[in-house]
Amino acid sequence: MTRHEAFDELDFEDRMATATFDVAPDAHIVVDGDACEGCTTKACVTVCPASLFVELSSGGVLFNYEQCFECGSCYLVCNEAGAISWRYPEGGKGVIIRRG
Amino acid sequence: MTSDFEVVVVGAGPAGSIAALQLARAGFSTCLVERGPFPGSKNVYGGVIYPRVLDDLLPAWRDDAPIQRVVTRRSTMLLTETQSVSLDVRVQAWGAPPYNGVTAFRGEFDQWLADEAVAAGATLVTSTTATGLQLDAGRVVGVSTDRPDGDLACALVVACDGVNSFLAREAGLYPSFSRHHMTLGVKEVLALDRRELESRFNLTGREGCDIEMLGATGEITGGGFLYTNLESLAVGCVLKLDDLAASKRRPEEVLAELKSHPSIAPLVAGAELVEYAAHLIPEGGYDAMPTLGKPGMVVAGDAASMTLAAGVWLEGVNYAMAAGATAAAAAVLARAEPGGLAGTHRHYTRLLKATFVQQDHKRLRRAPAVVFSDFVQRVQPGLVCDVAESFFTVANPEAKPGLLRTIRRVMRARGITVFAALRSAVATMRVFR
Repeated sequence: MTRHEAFDELDFEDRMATATFDVAPDAHIVVDGDACEGCTTKACVTVCPASLFVELSSGGVLFNYEQCFECGSCYLVCNEAGAISWRYPEGGKGVIIRRG
Repeated sequence: MTSDFEVVVVGAGPAGSIAALQLARAGFSTCLVERGPFPGSKNVYGGVIYPRVLDDLLPAWRDDAPIQRVVTRRSTMLLTETQSVSLDVRVQAWGAPPYNGVTAFRGEFDQWLADEAVAAGATLVTSTTATGLQLDAGRVVGVSTDRPDGDLACALVVACDGVNSFLAREAGLYPSFSRHHMTLGVKEVLALDRRELESRFNLTGREGCDIEMLGATGEITGGGFLYTNLESLAVGCVLKLDDLAASKRRPEEVLAELKSHPSIAPLVAGAELVEYAAHLIPEGGYDAMPTLGKPGMVVAGDAASMTLAAGVWLEGVNYAMAAGATAAAAAVLARAEPGGLAGTHRHYTRLLKATFVQQDHKRLRRAPAVVFSDFVQRVQPGLVCDVAESFFTVANPEAKPGLLRTIRRVMRARGITVFAALRSAVATMRVFR
């Protein structure tokens, strides 16, 4: 291994704790769980930079919307047309990026 | 229907705020609608604002704008797992006015731009999401918002609502809106003592450094970046969404690997993560751009795919600002005509062709294909690094081989055909000539 050994990677929760969210009462992401069960890629699970999607043993996908960066990657990589409905959160809510 | 405002600008990023600034100056009643609690609160970028557009529009920007550093050093770095070759360019003249490029926190910079629009007479409404267009016989006549009784009637909508532009898509301007043109950017801002930072990057005073990397993202097409703020670094990578999905890798893991590279790790060591963020980037170039408007509506900035990802050049804020100013100029022309502001889109499309926005994108329309090609992404970094390594390795008692022989030997060892190398070289020349 020739990689720099002094490197100390953060765990994911600590990483997400550096971002600020003013969570909206209503979810801006809606997932059709039935459609997800037929999905072969589950691309949302690995692509989402906030790791909001979790694959269930049943084949479905569990998600939460609270810590969303609002990037849109999930619905764009979604393999099952319409399984992920995504819109912007209510005005003033959602991620607040200060040093973007 | 009476209009609440003559123009509604959706999105207070660089495109929207400059559009609102210029519209207000031209005497239009202008509403600037922003979904975040403050302008810039939803925005992330890859490091450098090229400010020439501001010289005319806001001549005092060098004193007024919240700038972190002025870039005097920019590197383009090719990496393999254990090697790197850099083209490291330092120009001291860039550190003196008018400045070639500056770094900033978008939460501060975008707020400042929006405040300038407000000072010129525009009405800024934050914490308000535009939810759709209002149409009348095919013409855009307003936007709906998520505020109670929040519908805004107007004669012109300037859609600067970002990379996911729901408004441009609803208007039917995007025949080919697709993930294939998108990259995901993930970025960390890392706090670092100012003296330590300046020492690591060879900077003094407000000088700044911007490093762009190729070959740092493994099998995933993309690149990396590292730039300096006053007392922090920003390090990130941009990853082609299709490849990222296919790789099954997590974006923050790709970034962690980039940060652990022997050429990068010492630069970021000990710096503390203060903000992690992510954003999509429309990198399809000219051919991915939408139709730029329709009666009663124009689209600018990321919403119109106006970012240039041409390897050695990564720009977007400058194009957004210029497009916003052009939208306002188009409205001024349309106002004098019988059809009024509904005809803005025709002037906008025509005027924009004469600006660097369309000229750069058109001239470099094949750049994304070349920069994202397998050869440039996965073959060239290793080829260049191996040739450099061989060239600078002193293998005494062997005599030095010539450069051509070294290149031939590296190509043979890496299984690179002359045909592939020439084809890529020709494609690159055709794009950048």
